[in-house]
Amino acid sequence: MNRRTGARPLLIGLAVLLTAILVVAPLVFIFVQALSQGWAVYAKNILDPLTLHAIWLTAAVAVVVVPATVAFGIAASWALAKFSFPGRGVLATLIEIPFSVSPIIAGICYLLLYGRQGLLGGWLAEHDIAILFALPGIILVTMFVTAPFVVREVLPLMRAQGSDQEQAAVTLGASGWQLFRRVTLPNIRWALLYGAVLATARAVGEFGGVAVVSGNVRGQTNTLPLHVELLFNDLNAVGAFAAATTLTLIALVALVVKAVLEGRR
Amino acid sequence: MTIDISSMHKSFGQTEVLRGIDLSVDKGELVALLGPSGSGKTTLLRIIAGLEWPDAGGLHVDGQDWLALSAAQRRIGFVFQNYALFPHMIVRDNIAFGLTVRPRAERPDRRRIAATVDELLHFLQIDALGGRYPAQLSGGQRQRVALGRAMAIEPTVLLLDEPFGALDAAVRRDLRRWLRGVHDATGTTTIFVTHDQEEAFELADRVVVMGAGRIEQIGNADRIHDHPASPFVAGFMGATIELPVTIRAGRAGTALADTARLPAQALADGPARMFLRPEDVAPAADPAGPWQVASLSSTGPQIRLILRDTAGTEIPADLRRRAPGAAALTPGTRVQLHPEAAAIFPADA
Repeated sequence: MNRRTGARPLLIGLAVLLTAILVVAPLVFIFVQALSQGWAVYAKNILDPLTLHAIWLTAAVAVVVVPATVAFGIAASWALAKFSFPGRGVLATLIEIPFSVSPIIAGICYLLLYGRQGLLGGWLAEHDIAILFALPGIILVTMFVTAPFVVREVLPLMRAQGSDQEQAAVTLGASGWQLFRRVTLPNIRWALLYGAVLATARAVGEFGGVAVVSGNVRGQTNTLPLHVELLFNDLNAVGAFAAATTLTLIALVALVVKAVLEGRR
Repeated sequence: MTIDISSMHKSFGQTEVLRGIDLSVDKGELVALLGPSGSGKTTLLRIIAGLEWPDAGGLHVDGQDWLALSAAQRRIGFVFQNYALFPHMIVRDNIAFGLTVRPRAERPDRRRIAATVDELLHFLQIDALGGRYPAQLSGGQRQRVALGRAMAIEPTVLLLDEPFGALDAAVRRDLRRWLRGVHDATGTTTIFVTHDQEEAFELADRVVVMGAGRIEQIGNADRIHDHPASPFVAGFMGATIELPVTIRAGRAGTALADTARLPAQALADGPARMFLRPEDVAPAADPAGPWQVASLSSTGPQIRLILRDTAGTEIPADLRRRAPGAAALTPGTRVQLHPEAAAIFPADA
């Protein structure tokens, strides 16, 4: 009993201390640095056309990628949870690959596939289609990286629920679409939103994979995380940290939304 | 609706779950499919519903080929074992679901749907629950809602999978009587699946006993109880004690029991198997008897004996504690059996 009561405050204290050192302090430091020369300089840096373009580009990528990830997540979960077919286990494993592979590998794969010397590079160049060092490349790599996020949340839930409710809806005369919209979707909505929030956070913050395929052209293919790195390399610390605050704020909002959703589930 | 099922077969992978089912159900009949798990009864029910398809065989309802229809087109009312209510809809919306998903041309208007739901809630005696979510209901209430949802579409046939499986004993008895009342009031042809004999016999007009993918016997309680059609039915109906006998001139004989009180059997001479219920064993003290009382336990009104023969075979015997001669049956007493009822089958059955 004595040992337990002694260990408890110690463990809690350690956890709080480590969280403070490893997580809270760097976060606070971002804001301290960004505002170190006052609000006016901060605003000037945020409103810099190149930074604004990076914010816009990042948002555009997320707007395209997240709905695609959600659609893919629903389709894949549905197929894996409600049907049995040859290769089901393989498909389930394949979907998890982006989790286990470093994003930079994904970037390099796309480079090998779509690059000038790549498998499809010649054909793409002939038809004047730019994938690498352009928006499509960034979107594709981000999609790859975020692909498992929704499946991971939705699939276990669908598996646990089984298909009795869907079968009940079918016997009551529901069409495929009515069944999906009125029975399946409401049952997975919180898991779906939760997965979408996580995917958004990841899509916005993706660095490694995008770094390989974007080409880092300022004002054109520079997403926010890449822009932060460029500014930092330019020794523009305030600019870098100012840009970083927008990323941090997006992450914090995502966290709050996630916490709220977890409460709803 | 008259349902006709003919030589139906179904396998899941290597497992044959239905091995040639022939069954007719008359209009307005209430039929129970009774059998242990794995007997194929639920699969048969799901095939009638259109949730599974047979590998071979026919399914005709009022002459129409139902295997050519989808589940939705058959317009059956299916009540799932775990109810499968929609958890995000209140009771009213659950019940109205089947009406609201109809194509616009066939869909009743809002007021008609609301009126139908009111009627059903009243009929099912759950008027006050319309605004609740399924999670806020007890098991018995959920069962009623599930039935209401199935009945709202005015089904051609009502199919229930283990309708009382998840409920406690008292609620089961109530709901059984209530369901019988619902059936008598609506006259809908109804088939339900159960593994509980009491439930099947109390509720159904006719009971279909299934075992290992085949129909073993069809009949009412008395018929199936007194004249089981096969060793399987005998065992399933509680005649779990099996003793070897020899048939000679229509009489069964064995050293292990006095069979003089058993009626004559229409069986050829030769070895046979006799099945007894523990309550039909009728043991009596007899110094020359082949059995010895090994142990005794009492539940108050009843006592259960475990009897052992010289070969070490043990059988249970149940009798009333106050029955004449019961007091003499103490452990160690030698006894003879004087059964009056038994099911006897040829040794190769």
